Amino acid sequence: MEDGNFLTDDFLRQLINVGEVDILVGLPTHNNAKTVDSIVQTIRTGILSTFPRERAVIINADGGSHDGTPELITSLSIDDVRRASSVYALRTLHVISTKYASTPHSGVALRTILAAAELLRAKACVVISPESENITPEWIPDLIRPAYHDGFDLVCPTYRRHKFDGILMTNLLFPMVRALYGVRIREAYMSEFGFSGRFGSQFFGHNRWNEAAGEDGIELRFTLAAVTGGFRICQSFLGEKNPVERRAADLVPTLRQSVGALFSALEPDFQMWSGVSGSHEVPTTGSDQQLILDPLRVNRKRLRDMFVRGVSELESVFQSILSPSTLGELKRIAGLEEEFRYPAELWVKTVYEFAAAYRKSVINRDHIIQALAPLFRGRVYTFVVENRNGSANDVANNIEALCLEFERLKPYLLEMWKSKE
Amino acid sequence: MREMIVSELTQAVQDLARGFAHYLPRLIVMLILAFVGWLIAYVVKVILRSILRLIKFDRLSESAGASQLLAKAALPSATEVLSRFVFWVTWLGFILLGVSVLGILGLQEQISRFFLFLPRLFVAILILLFGMLAAGFSARAALLAAVNANVPSPRLLSLAVRSMIMVFVLSVVFEELGLAEQTMVVAFGIAFGALMLGLAIAFGIGGRDLARRFLEAKFVHNKKDQDEDELSPL
Repeated sequence: MEDGNFLTDDFLRQLINVGEVDILVGLPTHNNAKTVDSIVQTIRTGILSTFPRERAVIINADGGSHDGTPELITSLSIDDVRRASSVYALRTLHVISTKYASTPHSGVALRTILAAAELLRAKACVVISPESENITPEWIPDLIRPAYHDGFDLVCPTYRRHKFDGILMTNLLFPMVRALYGVRIREAYMSEFGFSGRFGSQFFGHNRWNEAAGEDGIELRFTLAAVTGGFRICQSFLGEKNPVERRAADLVPTLRQSVGALFSALEPDFQMWSGVSGSHEVPTTGSDQQLILDPLRVNRKRLRDMFVRGVSELESVFQSILSPSTLGELKRIAGLEEEFRYPAELWVKTVYEFAAAYRKSVINRDHIIQALAPLFRGRVYTFVVENRNGSANDVANNIEALCLEFERLKPYLLEMWKSKE
Repeated sequence: MREMIVSELTQAVQDLARGFAHYLPRLIVMLILAFVGWLIAYVVKVILRSILRLIKFDRLSESAGASQLLAKAALPSATEVLSRFVFWVTWLGFILLGVSVLGILGLQEQISRFFLFLPRLFVAILILLFGMLAAGFSARAALLAAVNANVPSPRLLSLAVRSMIMVFVLSVVFEELGLAEQTMVVAFGIAFGALMLGLAIAFGIGGRDLARRFLEAKFVHNKKDQDEDELSPL
């Protein structure tokens, strides 16, 4: 069982001063001084306007900011919130900040927040991303209420997104989690989420925190732990999500944290997912996922070039990972003169073969994840081309068809998984 | 005269018989040692082959790039090559032990030199093996990083990384074996220097435009390009 020995004395002192709480809001930060003040004030407004009688605390777990983020958070006055929103607190709303390390790490940040929740015996908790600039006060009750009042253990968010935003989610994480674990969670890799004290305590006590690999992609592992542990899960619609600006170089770290975490979870969860067939919806509050259809400039040529070049340059690497038929088909479509399509069946087989190769460690596991990046760009290209003029229904239907393909080909993964070589 | 010849011949035959009788037990010991050595070497080979298969040595060798080299030279798998090598070294050791029993002058020193050389040989093989692994790993890491960063000529970069590491590893191996140490130091200096000079010339003159594009892509912030390129994956 995990304990709170890794917490600093100063942080423990602050927690003791707070005493027990009903609601805990975790805010992991790293150099977020530009945006964090408005986020903290919005969180305060959300708590004061919806839960004025509850004992609440905001815990900031900072990963070594150099821009004074923690100092800014603790110096913010609650009077500004009262003046701006005409809300009044019946209890003290505490704000505590602790520096968990000199470098940011989402796993350690969540561990710190969970330890605080355990010590303060919080009944419901919520974690908010410091990058969510478009957060509204309603997000707080939307994420807390199902856990605090309705007996849910994990509250996953759903957002209103652009149809081309979050393609890794719609083309890999959502359909694969759905096909393997049997639950249709739109945002399995969560930047904002709510959870019950019961589930938080269970995860804090049983997660293998000391394994470095286990701490990567903790957001996804948290979701999967709720699924495999049989906890009650629901989704809550939060509204529009601003896409985080990303550069080409960010794709590989993102794949490591999300796809790497999913692949590494498949091995310990095998007993669970191997017996699952089909999938079911999880209860969703608010509107279901909505799509924004505004035109968006996408450099398709670059996506195509990087895919074609990746297939050609990394052939020796793919020979260790992919079956000859899948590699042959990839080489064929990469060699097409006209606009190519990376069909759903081939994409699913590619992902499943990567998952099996990851399990067998045919080459270094991090290299396997890196090798997926150019192929993912090829799939992004196809998704963009196929849906550029599509309505919200068309896009939703395409995603649904891909999900069904992931479910249909699950025996293919099982077959590879069970084979020795 | 005739008696003298007969006497000398008899003496010679007796000497030969005595010499043969003197060496026969040693020869038998040598043959026994060779036979026992063959048995032990065979058992060692079988055990080693099983262990190597168990730890998936062929996969390790494949990722190090050694399997491809062996295939090009029409040699069997890395597991087979290593187990056969150990078999021959072990058997040869026993044969030499047997030969030393014969007490042939001059050979003793060579045999003891061979046994003193064995640890260095094994260390050199280990260095070569781990060096090839490190070179294979680094070359693949460089290839993947270059492809994902859209750097020009990723395979060339990967090959350069592999070559640099292998040149260094080979120089260490030869030094460990004590083979042409001076020559190897000079050869290493020349090879490494030539590689660096070649890269400098290729990058500075031959690949002027390439270098400019690379540096621009690296240091000149092209916001428009980035905004258009990447969609938020999560």
